[in-house]
Amino acid sequence: MSLFFIVALPFLGALLPGIMNSAGRAACAGVTFTVSLAAFVGLLTNLPAVLAGEVVTARVEWMPELGLNFTLMLDGLGFFFAFLILGIGLLIITYGRHYLSRDDHMGEFFTYLLLFQGAMVGIVLSDNILLLLVFWELTSLSSFLLIGYWKHLPEGRQGARMALTVTGMGGLAMIGGMLILGQIAGSYDLSVILQNREAIQADPLYVPALILILLGCFTKSAQFPFHFWLPHAMAAPTPVSAYLHSATMVKAGIFLMARMWPVLSGTPEWFVIVTTAGLITMVLGSVIALFKHDLKALLAFSTVSHLGLITMLLGTGTTFGAFAAVFHILNHATFKAALFMSAGIVDHEAKTRDIRQLGGLRTLMPVTFTIATLAALSMAGIPFLNGFLSKEMMLEETTHTVLFGVWWLVPALATFGSLMSAAYCFRFIGHTFLGPVRDDYPAKPHDPNAGMWMPPALLVVLVVVIGVAPFLVQDFVILVAKAVIGGTADLEVKYIKIWHGLVPALYMSVAAVVGGLLVVAIFKPLLKIWDAAPRPEAKVIFEAIVETAAAAARGFTHSLHNGAFTRYAMIGFVAIVAAGYHAWATGTVGAATRDLQEAGAVPIAGWAMLVASTVGLVFLHRNRFLALILIGIVGLMVSIGFVFLSAPDLAMTQFTVEVVTIILLLLALNFLPKQTPVESTALRRIRDAGVAIAGGLATFALAYHYLLRDAVSTPISEFHLANSYKGGGGTNVVNVILVDFRGFDTYGEIIVLGIAALLIYALTETLLNGPVRRRLLNRLPDQPRAGDMHPMMMVVLTRVIMPVVLMVGFYIFLRGHNEPGGGFIAGLVVSIAVVMQYMASGFSWAAARIRYPYHGIIGAGVLIAGLTGIGSWFVGKPFLTSDFTYVRIPPFNEFELATAALFDLGVFQAVVGAVMLSLESFSRLAHRPNTPESDHPMDIDPSRDEAPPVVPGLEKEGG
Amino acid sequence: MELLVASAIGVMTAGGVYLVLRLRTFPVILGISLLTYAVNVFLFASGRLTVGAPPILRDDITAYADPLPQALVLTAIVISFGMTAVVVMIGLGAFLGSDDDHVDEQPEPETTEGET
Repeated sequence: MSLFFIVALPFLGALLPGIMNSAGRAACAGVTFTVSLAAFVGLLTNLPAVLAGEVVTARVEWMPELGLNFTLMLDGLGFFFAFLILGIGLLIITYGRHYLSRDDHMGEFFTYLLLFQGAMVGIVLSDNILLLLVFWELTSLSSFLLIGYWKHLPEGRQGARMALTVTGMGGLAMIGGMLILGQIAGSYDLSVILQNREAIQADPLYVPALILILLGCFTKSAQFPFHFWLPHAMAAPTPVSAYLHSATMVKAGIFLMARMWPVLSGTPEWFVIVTTAGLITMVLGSVIALFKHDLKALLAFSTVSHLGLITMLLGTGTTFGAFAAVFHILNHATFKAALFMSAGIVDHEAKTRDIRQLGGLRTLMPVTFTIATLAALSMAGIPFLNGFLSKEMMLEETTHTVLFGVWWLVPALATFGSLMSAAYCFRFIGHTFLGPVRDDYPAKPHDPNAGMWMPPALLVVLVVVIGVAPFLVQDFVILVAKAVIGGTADLEVKYIKIWHGLVPALYMSVAAVVGGLLVVAIFKPLLKIWDAAPRPEAKVIFEAIVETAAAAARGFTHSLHNGAFTRYAMIGFVAIVAAGYHAWATGTVGAATRDLQEAGAVPIAGWAMLVASTVGLVFLHRNRFLALILIGIVGLMVSIGFVFLSAPDLAMTQFTVEVVTIILLLLALNFLPKQTPVESTALRRIRDAGVAIAGGLATFALAYHYLLRDAVSTPISEFHLANSYKGGGGTNVVNVILVDFRGFDTYGEIIVLGIAALLIYALTETLLNGPVRRRLLNRLPDQPRAGDMHPMMMVVLTRVIMPVVLMVGFYIFLRGHNEPGGGFIAGLVVSIAVVMQYMASGFSWAAARIRYPYHGIIGAGVLIAGLTGIGSWFVGKPFLTSDFTYVRIPPFNEFELATAALFDLGVFQAVVGAVMLSLESFSRLAHRPNTPESDHPMDIDPSRDEAPPVVPGLEKEGG
Repeated sequence: MELLVASAIGVMTAGGVYLVLRLRTFPVILGISLLTYAVNVFLFASGRLTVGAPPILRDDITAYADPLPQALVLTAIVISFGMTAVVVMIGLGAFLGSDDDHVDEQPEPETTEGET
């Protein structure tokens, strides 16, 4: 089976358990098992090739520019790990199906499990280190979900967070390390990197890369000083613990060290860092494990200890060390998974995992007792069990390892670690299963059904078989070890022996086992000393660090982001002016190349009006109606300025937008207070004025300077002017730019406009469906109502003028390609025509006559514009390429037909829809559907005040 | 002429900035509109000022105003309408929801002094 399928199957299969959840627990576990089994069988089909020493690869280019390719490879090492992941995964699924209670959501559990499985398989099969990083992060995320599976338990959530924080930060460090490594090797493909040992180790960046990658490995594999997260992850359901901590998650770091072994190991830095970390972890883990009362915590720390052992073996950098490491990975996976599952069985049946409440289970749970005892004895290093063989190799290796120049340091510490390891194994057996039967178990323990004890039993069979007949797996282990070593050295180990003769390792083993028994014998006094001794609690330290970091971040963020918009705006303006001033002061300003143009009396008059109304607006802005009129004058002057300065299209757009903006603001003002109260202090106003004047002076200076200088290089507008008619078929260059040269830009703009309108609509809906609705309905108008809601003259005028305005819009639209006009302006003109109907005849009247919803008009516009663009694909041209021709239909003049006109039609519709949807949404806030409203003009309300004060703009509230 | 346009941009910017720094939503919206005018005119002026030469191609004319800033500003005007409408809606929604049209978060209900 292709490697792609092996990796993809768990991910694809992850969809199934969720779907099958309602089909029952058996079905749910069944599909999960089938998916895993399929991947497992797929893996096995590659076994012959791997045994023949081939490397199976699969390659798909993903982002070759970045060096990121979806390349997979399967060699001995990858096969070994994938076999463990999928094989133990199958056992875990079987076990989990019986372990989870009826209250647990099984589909969710198996979905997470398959996601995790897929990510792990991805790691071990990746041939590209960037791809490996992707899978690496996926394991962090999916293990977070698994550890926190019991969401109702605070320990579960905390443990999951801690695991994610630690492994996530390690992953971040590793990304840095991998990128450096890829830069050195010139490729992100593992197969290439593994060939470049000399180049990588000679590079000055080798040490930073090594440290960063090791950070990733150590956090994942819970090496000192990052070992603390693993025990807290024990809050997860036992199947998760068994899976994560025996064969998968924590082995990912070990895998990566083994994978990178050929290029990274063998240097003094590697030796010192990895061996030391491994040794400390091994000793520390075993000591803590001895004094844990929770079975799973005991096993967790023993995992930490054994991972340290493997790390230390990899750290020695010798081929024998690598060989022993591989063998111990296999052995550890078998006995540790069996032990976790046994602990889970005890917990499941006795309803406690506290070792102090247990004891004497030997007769009550004989099957579990046998399984757990064999596995624990193997972990303790008793002969004829597989743990003995690899532990012996480890001790053998330590006698050749000299750290910091002290020959006895490593062997002594390793023996001590083994001693403690043997001690906690004996304690595990003795205090759980041996001793007198008690009568105070929380539940009556008995052996579980076969579904729960079969998986660990299967593993224990392996433990015994490998222990008695190691030659069965010998060739396979050698194959894997050779894959670890790569082509760099020869493996001198040829076979695995049970009996080595009277070598130092044997004495060390015997010392460890005897010492372990002694320690258990004097356990009670030791525990008293241990409990009395002060020691740091990792969780407290971790939480203190997290809390400090969060408090620092909060302090920093809140001091800047305190909810005061004016403050942000102030900081923003000052920063922009300061940055501009800096550029101005450090840059050079060329001499003026253009002459000042004469300004006649009319421009000066326009300018004076603009300045006067702006100044007036600033001083009189507290009267909001007046402010609206003044800003209208500003907009009008700007439009007239555009006309004067050769921009007729802009003038028309500005003018029409001005109209709809003022209507919009009037609609809003209907609800808002009509006055702005005086709140700010004089000092504050002076300060704001200072900032404003500085900003104004800055823009003035900038604008004035560049207006007197020509562009540094020829503007691209020359191209537009030259090609507008030839290429675009239109003489109005502005319109041709909009619909042709920069059509894609325009396409984006109409979409943005449409989204803005939909946003307004959505906000209105939210307001109208919330508590605001009641307030709106009970609201009394704060201004006197006009008695004449729909004045006759206005109604007649707007209705008569409507066809004329539509005609004008149509005309402006059609001529847009050659004369000032086009879709934008036509859209605005038509919108105004429709808005006038709303204003004159009332909301209900107009709304009843609108045949198409405005959303649909926006959508149709965007669709037409998009389809026009796509149309050019059919003739093999890029998106939005336009074409045109001239046709003549008598009796009309010859006129032009361009695809750009179709695009412009889309623009037109989008503008009409967006403007109308916005304005209509605002009006709906004032609309009261249940109040009777006359359709007819001249509906004079006799109850009106005798002399209503006339306020400008008020008659626009009609409805 | 250049002086007039540049000073108009400066005046509108100053007015816009001052209004944006006010404490209630409505003047802030007016300020944003004023800033929009200033920015649009500023962008338009980057094509330099040309009187009486609109970029409508004619057979016997060779000098035209720069069309590109005009095209960009045209869409900017329309988009700024959309933006203003959204901002107005947000301001209005906030006012209707809380009966308060302050721009800044108000620490205590009785505080009327806007200094934060």
